[in-house]
Amino acid sequence: MSSSTKSTGSNGSAIKNSGINNFVVRFANVNGTGSASANHLFTKAIFRMGIPVTPKNIFPSNIQGLPTWYEVRVSEKGYLGRREGIDLLVAVNPQSMKADIASVRPGGYLLYDSSKKLNEEYLRSDIHYIGIPLMDMCNENYSDPRQRQLFKNIIYVGALAALFAIEFEVLEGLLADQFKGKEKLIPANVKALQLGGDYIRENFKYPLDMRVERRELLKDSILMDGNSACGLGAVYGGASVAAWYPITPSTSVVEAFMDYSATLRLDKETGKRKVAIVQAEDELAAIGMVIGAGWNGARSFTATSGPGVSLMNEFLGLAYFAEIPAVLIDVQRTGPSTGMPTRTQQSDVMEAAYASHGDTKHVLLFPSTPKECFDMTADAFDLAEELQTPIIVMTDLDLGMNDHISAPLQWDDKREYKRGKVLNAEQLEKIERFGRYKDVDNDGIPYRTYPGTHPTKGSYFTRGTSRDEYAVYTEDGNAYKKNMDRLMKKWETSKTMVHKPELYQEKNSSENGVLFFGTSAYSVEEAMDDLKLQGITLDALRIRSFPFNKTVEEFITSHKKVFVIEQNRDAQMKSIISIELQVDPNKLISILNYDGLPITAHHIALEIVKNLFTNKKVK
Amino acid sequence: MSYVRPKFRHPALPTNKLGYTVDYYEGSLSTLCAGCGHDSISASVIQAAFELNIEPHRLAKLSGIGCSSKTPAYFLSNSHGFNSVHGRMPSVATGANLANRDLIYFGVSGDGDTASIGMGQFVHVVRRNLNMVYVVMNNGCYGLTKGQDSATADLGSKNKSGQVNPFESIDLASLAIELGATFVAQSFSGDKAQLIPLMKAAIMHPGFAFINVISPCVTFNNNVGSTKSYDYVREHVEATATIDFVPEMKEITANYKEGSVEKVKMHDGSFIQLNKLAKDWDPLDKRSAVNAMMNAKEKGEILTGLLYMNPETKDLHHTINSTEKPLNTLSAKDLCPGSEMLKDINAEFR
Ligand SMILES: Cc1ncc(C[n+]2csc(CCOP(=O)(O)OP(=O)(O)O)c2C)c(N)n1
Ligand code: SF4
Repeated sequence: MSSSTKSTGSNGSAIKNSGINNFVVRFANVNGTGSASANHLFTKAIFRMGIPVTPKNIFPSNIQGLPTWYEVRVSEKGYLGRREGIDLLVAVNPQSMKADIASVRPGGYLLYDSSKKLNEEYLRSDIHYIGIPLMDMCNENYSDPRQRQLFKNIIYVGALAALFAIEFEVLEGLLADQFKGKEKLIPANVKALQLGGDYIRENFKYPLDMRVERRELLKDSILMDGNSACGLGAVYGGASVAAWYPITPSTSVVEAFMDYSATLRLDKETGKRKVAIVQAEDELAAIGMVIGAGWNGARSFTATSGPGVSLMNEFLGLAYFAEIPAVLIDVQRTGPSTGMPTRTQQSDVMEAAYASHGDTKHVLLFPSTPKECFDMTADAFDLAEELQTPIIVMTDLDLGMNDHISAPLQWDDKREYKRGKVLNAEQLEKIERFGRYKDVDNDGIPYRTYPGTHPTKGSYFTRGTSRDEYAVYTEDGNAYKKNMDRLMKKWETSKTMVHKPELYQEKNSSENGVLFFGTSAYSVEEAMDDLKLQGITLDALRIRSFPFNKTVEEFITSHKKVFVIEQNRDAQMKSIISIELQVDPNKLISILNYDGLPITAHHIALEIVKNLFTNKKVK
Repeated sequence: MSYVRPKFRHPALPTNKLGYTVDYYEGSLSTLCAGCGHDSISASVIQAAFELNIEPHRLAKLSGIGCSSKTPAYFLSNSHGFNSVHGRMPSVATGANLANRDLIYFGVSGDGDTASIGMGQFVHVVRRNLNMVYVVMNNGCYGLTKGQDSATADLGSKNKSGQVNPFESIDLASLAIELGATFVAQSFSGDKAQLIPLMKAAIMHPGFAFINVISPCVTFNNNVGSTKSYDYVREHVEATATIDFVPEMKEITANYKEGSVEKVKMHDGSFIQLNKLAKDWDPLDKRSAVNAMMNAKEKGEILTGLLYMNPETKDLHHTINSTEKPLNTLSAKDLCPGSEMLKDINAEFR
């Protein structure tokens, strides 16, 4: 179904907007050679020149030695999804050279290390070659082998800066920021940049016809990855307990939480930490700790990916049924099983929504930007305590591990944590008999107590086995059913509390609509614009939570066809929509991408056009 | 149902320092089989908590799944309880303890719960030296699923259907010592005189305190050929010492260094007083404790009593350097860095 991979490579027709502030550069490196910070330097310089830019790491599930790619899209129009077609390729990995050269669009450029003569078979007549003797230059200028390796990367950044007319002062400023406190390292880096730049100026035509030009398009935006934003969201959201087990691509969520906590949660007087972070022995223990802490009144969270969510299933069912707050950040990667651990997907939707045996449903939040990662993670702690249930924040590798341009993070100092229905000792004193699972307010949400609150009132047994309103064990069918129905009522209540979908374009103005969520947003926005140019307008709705807000149902009902865009094979979101909403499933048409790379606008637009004009039969 | 508790209470029932009678420490009526060893253990918990003057609501009782894991319902009804999932009580206890270090955490598990499905979590909760009591009610079989062999069933022992266990057993007490537990004891459900002071000492221990209690399953594992039957255990117990737990904060000098009496000082100034039986055994020396256990095993005996302890121990909170103030009492003021700080953070991403 996915055609996005096929249209990469030498398919020039996919390219429409190379030129000023409009191109894609790809770096083909060897994993573990220190190229990441050089590549980031390139991206960040363009960002600081006020131009929309989006980088994507395309890396192997391996620590060292294998090919790794870093793709940077520059887009004047602010389109920040992945775009097919490479305009310039920095090919410094001999292992992947053949495929790398083939991926350049006709008329594009290849920058390579000309220390060794390029193999005959690598010569294409329809692309431009920019050979720089990177290794020779390094050998000449640096004696230390590690330095030779590292500065090779900085030299090609210097060359690119000349080719694309990146302002040298911007690069210098970035180096100054990067090496704050280690200023000694700056001159050598500056020199390497100059070596690269000088070589280009002496030997090639520069700048290229595709290049960058300073703009003021970004205002106060930030360039941040989603995992850092989630980690910060947990700090601001008041999490004091984190338990986790390392798994790509979620690891950096807790690492960010740890880093920020190290300074932001340090009690200056005692030198002690206002946080507990435990690397658990596995995901089962991680979620168990989160649940234990949640039961005991601390805001707690874990972060994982698909395989971890699978392991957490039993405990998630317990937290749902015993009604314990917990926050889980699921940074999705490609499944099933170990799948492609370092590639992106949205394929945990189904497993997260209904995690565990029995009738369970979990609240899911779908952020699309780093700011939303921050906001939704912080909100998740409020929701978890208000609803007394697990809240799962569904991001993915693309959002989590790649930098994205985002509105700055914001916090309202007037905001108070919503701790939900918790009874203290005085309140318990006034109650005749505390019923842990009693629906006092008729919203399905009962009251809870923290252990240790009152000597004689409010204690109860938390368990995954059926019980009555007073938490007393029972296998009475009616009591069980009543409890399950109350949980369903709570689910209904949650619909009014979770994040509403976002409507794009004119409200219900078009015959057909598009539904999407998460990182597909970047490419959907671009695809909608492209289609508009072709005279096709569609309404678009971005889902931001499960359970679905009423508007989702209305949106589907009011359109003839609704394209549901998602990054998995089995149309998981479409399935859930069909299960949960009273809508005609035949109206829903899937547009899917599951090759492990982020979905592209080209792919979305093409599929929509095909469906509307070529496929007369609706699937 | 094991017993029917009479409603009548003698008005002159002794009270503890808090003014509570022992029935204040009871739980709901047990639904375990009459004569189940687990009920005797519950009774010991009740007595230990009563004698230690514990406010029941300051103790949290946690368990996994199994007959043994049901017992927290049968003691301390004014305590919060948490029946988690099979084998995973240690992680829930860890999270709970991280959230509020001020409560007493009392974990109950079975041998199936701990030695099979929960082995991973058991090993790690020991390693982290979580400040909790961890009691295994060890009957060498799965009670709740009706009598399958557990991983602590001895090699060659017979289960109810006459099958001989072909596998080596896991010795949880030795394992706990090996893993670095700082308090390890072993006892027999039928020996309350020994179990109660052990429980008291375990509760006062400032780190991970493990008690492996042989607790025969009268329904599925009390047959000839089982090494966890009442008769077999009675015949083969060998005590290390009789111990007294002396909660007084000031040193009692009587008996000091007389005969075979040894006193171990706890962190809060209380004492464990040991009247030694086993020769060449020093509960403060790991090697000595391990030797004594190996010797007992060779003789086919079950060594009971306090096996090993390290009174100078630092628990998980100490290791991770978390605040003295329970984390669950921190307010937004403590936790949220505020909008000004966020401005600086945003600046780092420009
Ligand atoms: C994941 C899971 N697997 C299996 C079970 C079934 N189960 C319930 S209790 C039990 C064994 C309990 O044995 P033990 O811990 O020795 O306790 P006992 O009943 O003997 O006191 C098993 C296997 C379960 N509840 N959960
Ligand atoms: S089955 Fe065995 S362990 Fe379970 S309650 Fe009965 S006697 Fe006790």
